[in-house]
Amino acid sequence: MDVLYFAWVRERIGTERETIDPPPEVVDVRGLMAWLARRSPGHASALGDPARLRAAVDQQFVPPEAPIAGAKEVAIFPPVTGG
Amino acid sequence: MIEVRLQPEPFDAGAELARLDRLGGGGVASFTGIVRGDDELVELLLEHHPEMTLTMMQGLAREAAERWHLLGITVIHRYGALRPGAPIVFVATAARHRGAALDACASLIDRLKTQAPFWKRETFADGRSQWVEARASDDMAAARWLRDEG
Repeated sequence: MDVLYFAWVRERIGTERETIDPPPEVVDVRGLMAWLARRSPGHASALGDPARLRAAVDQQFVPPEAPIAGAKEVAIFPPVTGG
Repeated sequence: MIEVRLQPEPFDAGAELARLDRLGGGGVASFTGIVRGDDELVELLLEHHPEMTLTMMQGLAREAAERWHLLGITVIHRYGALRPGAPIVFVATAARHRGAALDACASLIDRLKTQAPFWKRETFADGRSQWVEARASDDMAAARWLRDEG
């Protein structure tokens, strides 16, 4: 699946997109964030405090407990600030 | 008539309004958001999701058009680097009566703030740069339209 990062999450990780293959025990958005946080110090800095993050699975906003099985795209970002 | 655009270029609010004026309704309401130059801000950078942002904007516009029986709605949001004084967002609604036009316009701008995936980064004259934090007051403004349902 593709993971997309935005705003300061993107800056800390150092890339806007990566293709990953999480192990079967990673079942939801919260678990995915924890798993991704172990990839590098940048990932840890961006994803270490999930309370500051929001997510979308296949371009729909979802809560942390949302499943990721079968997802093509997971986006991880801070709360939005448009308008 | 639903018109939704996501673009780096400026827009002509007058021309957009004129198009809605011609739809035969009794009222057209609009809101234009402008980049504020507070604290010696020199640039506001808007980041967005390449596909999801436009889809969300279209969904919000469609919902408003149905809920308030609008004759027309135009939603434009810019992205990229903007200077103080630059127009950043535009919402305009045409309806048979003023109440629907005004409520739909206010609802759309509140919901765009909290539900469209945009992120703002401010850069100041002294070189400082920071991502704008989401505000609880914006969430409350958007939630007002859920409570008022019907």
